[in-house]
Amino acid sequence: MSDPSRRTMLKGAGATLGAAAFARAVAPITEWTNDLSVEGFLQKHYKELTVEDMSAVLARIERETEEQYGAKVSVEDVRPTPGVQFAYALNLSVCIGCRRCAKACHEENNHDRATNNSYIRVLEMTNGSLNLEHGTVTYDHAVPAPGKFYMPVQCHQCDNAPCVRVCPVEATWKESDGIVVVDYDWCIGCRYCEAACPYHARRFNWSKPEIPADEINPDQAYLSNRIRPQGVMEKCTFCLHRTRRGKLPACLEACPTGARVFGNLADPDSEIRWVLENKRVFVLKEDLGTQPRFFYFFDE
Amino acid sequence: MSTPSSEQEVHEHGVTEAVISYPQFLWKALGVATDGNALFYVWMTALTAVWLVGINAFAHQIVQGQGLTAMTDHVSWGMYIGNFTFAVGLAAGAVMMVIPAYLYHDEDMHDVVIVGEILAIAAVAVALAFVNVDIGRIDRLWHIIPFIGRFNFPVSMLTWDIIVLPGYFLINLHVVGYLLYMRFLGRKPNPKWYIPVVLLSIVWAVSIHTVTAFLYSGLGGRPFWNSAILAPRFVVSAFVSGPAFIVLALQIVRRFSDFYVGHKPIVTLINILRITAVVNLFLVGAEVFTEFYTGGSHVAAAEYLYFGLHGKNALVPWIWTAVVCNVVAAGIFLTVDPRKNLWIIDVACVMTLFGLWVEKGLGLIVPGFVPSTLHEVVEYLPNALEWKISLGIWALGLIIFTLGLKIAVAVFTGTMHVDAAHDAGEV
Repeated sequence: MSDPSRRTMLKGAGATLGAAAFARAVAPITEWTNDLSVEGFLQKHYKELTVEDMSAVLARIERETEEQYGAKVSVEDVRPTPGVQFAYALNLSVCIGCRRCAKACHEENNHDRATNNSYIRVLEMTNGSLNLEHGTVTYDHAVPAPGKFYMPVQCHQCDNAPCVRVCPVEATWKESDGIVVVDYDWCIGCRYCEAACPYHARRFNWSKPEIPADEINPDQAYLSNRIRPQGVMEKCTFCLHRTRRGKLPACLEACPTGARVFGNLADPDSEIRWVLENKRVFVLKEDLGTQPRFFYFFDE
Repeated sequence: MSTPSSEQEVHEHGVTEAVISYPQFLWKALGVATDGNALFYVWMTALTAVWLVGINAFAHQIVQGQGLTAMTDHVSWGMYIGNFTFAVGLAAGAVMMVIPAYLYHDEDMHDVVIVGEILAIAAVAVALAFVNVDIGRIDRLWHIIPFIGRFNFPVSMLTWDIIVLPGYFLINLHVVGYLLYMRFLGRKPNPKWYIPVVLLSIVWAVSIHTVTAFLYSGLGGRPFWNSAILAPRFVVSAFVSGPAFIVLALQIVRRFSDFYVGHKPIVTLINILRITAVVNLFLVGAEVFTEFYTGGSHVAAAEYLYFGLHGKNALVPWIWTAVVCNVVAAGIFLTVDPRKNLWIIDVACVMTLFGLWVEKGLGLIVPGFVPSTLHEVVEYLPNALEWKISLGIWALGLIIFTLGLKIAVAVFTGTMHVDAAHDAGEV
């Protein structure tokens, strides 16, 4: 056995070296903690925030957006209107696959510019089959191409939403008007909802979104298009910051063919009700029992 | 003079002693854990170095986000969740020592069962670490704590995992800690303090892997996972990977320590492997048959995994290597006599550990996402950062396993025990 004091000394030296190496290894964390605030860390779940809490949170988000992105924005907590049940329908007979809806979504919802993210993916399908296996999203030619039809897919705001069910922390839920939302400040980023969604409707913020200040849409809501933090989930909200104020979704306004119909299911005179009652309507993957609020239909 | 009151006094004395000696136990355990021969220092330094590389990569990932990994919105789980699944299996598989030792009263197994329980602790720690590096907001981990955050129980299967995994960790920590501490004090363990917990650990072991399978199999939008056979497959493959790892670990303990490891427990574990390795192949075969004979769009993911889809075939070499490993290993378990050619069985253990790591890791997780729910084929293979973080976590697991074994061996061989001075007041 070697001299115990020498051994202790060597152990001490080893421990010191190890601690120094550890400190060095975790050093990048300091950069991250700069971006974290105590209020942000302690912030409660959306449904537990009082009116005063919420106004403080909104003020903090506006301040942080100005600091980090250099843009003056207004973030509001826009609540659902009682008695309203939103639904969306899309006319596959007239959609030409121009992807202007996807582009409008990208701009309206303050998506990361580098990834060209959007909540809408447009599938080019071959006539004669509704099988998604025969579709492609990477088409790169003049549209509409002969023998093809086009099927934009976005969040179906399911009444029986698998994404809501699987969330371990209740960071995503269905609002009274049918819109499925995410509390970006509560989500832990486990991406279980992304695995559960059958429609590829959810997106993860793999990095901090980057948008030039002059391209930021300043008209923002807490549950929809405010710039999302890194490491959390996001999804289509039927543009609730617009639709809950009586406007139409950005994707609908951008559509050049009028393929999109949006409205209140609870209103018997609405166009959406007329479509559902008079057209040959179907939903995607009906067999999964998700009960979408997003419908497809054909004219002829 | 054995009146009830003096018995009470003896009992109280015992409890007092147990409480005041505990810091000494921890202190001596720390001494044992940091003391050894040159080989021990080399091994621990190497593991620490790998772990530090992983920690550093993780620190970068926290700052810049999971965008540094190869994951995308198409394949949104990858290397981390694959390793998580495999590690849960390893932890559950340790119960294959506990069952013979405690339910069948196999005395030889009983002498070494502590190795399996320490493996369970280390493997659950690894599994939990993999979840932690996968989530996007580690700072919000408190949101998931029952009563403090918002716990979506029982609807979200993930909340079940949050209960069963730390639960399994604590159960095994209690059993190992109690047995070692009693040995340290030179006392006979009181069965009522650990036998019920051991029995609970058997049921719990099956539950951790069942719940983990339900995480995936409950998703209707992912046909590759949406299979009732997934949970049985998980449990059976756990009973392959656990014993295979322990067969190797027992021989290492035998070789590098004074702890007595007989031949019988190793043979018992190999006998278990003979059955579980074959049943695992059978279950995989049943799954593959159902997929390919049925055909249609349901088979697309399996086709991608085994043969490639639309010219994309990143997983094909991995899965076929795994298939060959698992089949050859099963053949070896069935035919080779462990008393004559143990080394061949060791090779088979390594092969099947690799095979199952692929089968339940990338081979299980990635095809769940390829093709995507809109039938896009976007591939995924882990990048350097994911390898660094993953190897770092496995190094951490081996550190825990090594130190646990080292302390256990010191206690069991009597080199670590309570100081005699405390016995002065003993009657």
